[in-house]
Amino acid sequence: MTKFNFPPSITSRPVWGELQARAGSGHVFIADAHGAGAIMDMATPDLMAKAHIIYIPKGHDMSAELKALGPAQYYEGPSYAAASSRIAHVLGQAKMGVQVYLAGTESVMGQAMHAAVQAGIPSGSIQTEHRGSTARRMQCVHCKGFTEDVETDPFVCSHCGLNLFVRDHYSRRLAAYQAVCIDAEDPGNVPESKGIYE
Amino acid sequence: MTIQFNDETFRDDYSFRNSDWAIKRFPFPFHEDSYMYSMNAEQHRGGPAGSVFEKRFDVDEHYISEMRDRAIVLDQDPLRCQSLPHMTLAGWDLLELIMVSKSEDYPDLFELYRDGAQWRWVNKPLGIDDTFTFMDETTLPYGPLEYITRQSQGDFALLDQRENNLWMDAGMITTQADWSLDFDIGMNFFEWHAPVPLAHEMGIFKRALKFLMNIQQGAPGRRLNWTMTVNPLLDTSPENYHKWGIQKTSLTPENIGAKQHVRVELQTFYRLPRSNALAFPIRCYLCSFQDLMTVPKWGRRLHRVVRDLPVELATYKGFIDNRPMMLDYLSQFDDGLPTSFGVFPDLDSEPPLQK
Ligand code: HEM
Repeated sequence: MTKFNFPPSITSRPVWGELQARAGSGHVFIADAHGAGAIMDMATPDLMAKAHIIYIPKGHDMSAELKALGPAQYYEGPSYAAASSRIAHVLGQAKMGVQVYLAGTESVMGQAMHAAVQAGIPSGSIQTEHRGSTARRMQCVHCKGFTEDVETDPFVCSHCGLNLFVRDHYSRRLAAYQAVCIDAEDPGNVPESKGIYE
Repeated sequence: MTIQFNDETFRDDYSFRNSDWAIKRFPFPFHEDSYMYSMNAEQHRGGPAGSVFEKRFDVDEHYISEMRDRAIVLDQDPLRCQSLPHMTLAGWDLLELIMVSKSEDYPDLFELYRDGAQWRWVNKPLGIDDTFTFMDETTLPYGPLEYITRQSQGDFALLDQRENNLWMDAGMITTQADWSLDFDIGMNFFEWHAPVPLAHEMGIFKRALKFLMNIQQGAPGRRLNWTMTVNPLLDTSPENYHKWGIQKTSLTPENIGAKQHVRVELQTFYRLPRSNALAFPIRCYLCSFQDLMTVPKWGRRLHRVVRDLPVELATYKGFIDNRPMMLDYLSQFDDGLPTSFGVFPDLDSEPPLQK
């Protein structure tokens, strides 16, 4: 899968990197869907001997390949929400010097990044690599509900039903971009949806 | 002077009005006939008697009604006031700063009696007389930040200073120019300023952050910012934008003078003693176009500023669609004469409109 180059953006928006094997007391991998590929590209037997992989297949199942890497511990969850308490626990119990590797969609990286920072893991020990879908996790600024996997702009809030446009303003605490009513000044006049990066 | 407090609203029937006194002391934000972002900060060491710069925390005729409006906003959306756990001490610092300043600057309105940690706070305009233990949250009806800012005009952000940056970790934000505390809380200086056009590229935020991080206790700073608001609506929040946005389309050539308001923020910066946090009060003043036009210098200048403002700024400030109608109105008050330097009205020296 070719890498997506995000266009230059505003200063609240995270910039994703590329996973690299580092020395550490342990290695926690959190990935979804195509994120598995980023792990496979850098995994070494040494790393895997102390690795805990948490994987959310999300319609692109690479679990067999990941298991074949031989991680010390492997877990698969049906969604980030389902895996989140386990993730918080694992990160909270992690020893000093742990390395955290996040790969896949912005939604999973953003939420896991927040969980890692909350767990007190220094930001210098957290790496990221975007793979797969460029869909965004959006928060409706009006009702505060989150809509996952938003690929088009504008879109309809899955909670309150307002027509929302997609902003680049990003909150690390919420691991979400901000969505704002698009037809407030001209109710009913909603432009046709396009891909976010179209 | 004794202040006559107005009984007025900032929503629904919009009965908000400025007296002649309030118009003349309006913090007109343009010191020359054009405007661009700049590092426009200075020491906050008082100002001309009667001006909004004179006292540390200005109290004016809108005080009681603004506090009523804040209470309504908080009833509907408690997330407008938030404080991350490590910011409670900064909340006490702010409570102390405001209580001490107001009781010293307005002894006829506010009184503070301190006996060790036992404090008595009297707020006559709001009819409050509370005794509490300083630094003991259980003795106040709200946390310290919420308690004191329910009694103080303007929004308040509290910034934690660490890792060579400022972090917006607490605030009371109900009179904001279209940004959300609930979304921005926890962000650093560059993150929450991300949506602002041009200023990043101009290096303004780097310089601004440096200036703010060097603010010392007892040496506060200040700056003005401005935007445009249709109707005297204090709560122009993103949260409620789907409700108030439509009001921007209600302007007509007949009503624009009364409905269109210049919205000015007097922003001040205080270093807090115990927490080393920075307090950032953002005080909002509204004035209708027609009231501003009673000052000939402001009429001439506002027309020129709005006319020549870069498109990026007019778009960001949300009035690009209404700019042509604004200019039709404002041009009536611009006779082309030169204007004196500085923000003050200069009514005695500036000529009346020659049109
Ligand atoms: C710690 C103190 C400060 C806080 C909490 C603060 C907060 C904010 C916020 C929340 C916005 C709205 C951004 C958005 O669109 O979402 C903003 C806008 C802005 N800020 Fe600050 N700010 C601070 C200090 C400063 C300083 C010292 C400057 C100096 C130049 C500055 C310059 C600006 C400018 C130019 C804008 C755009 C305003 C407009 O065009 O209406 N800020 N600020």
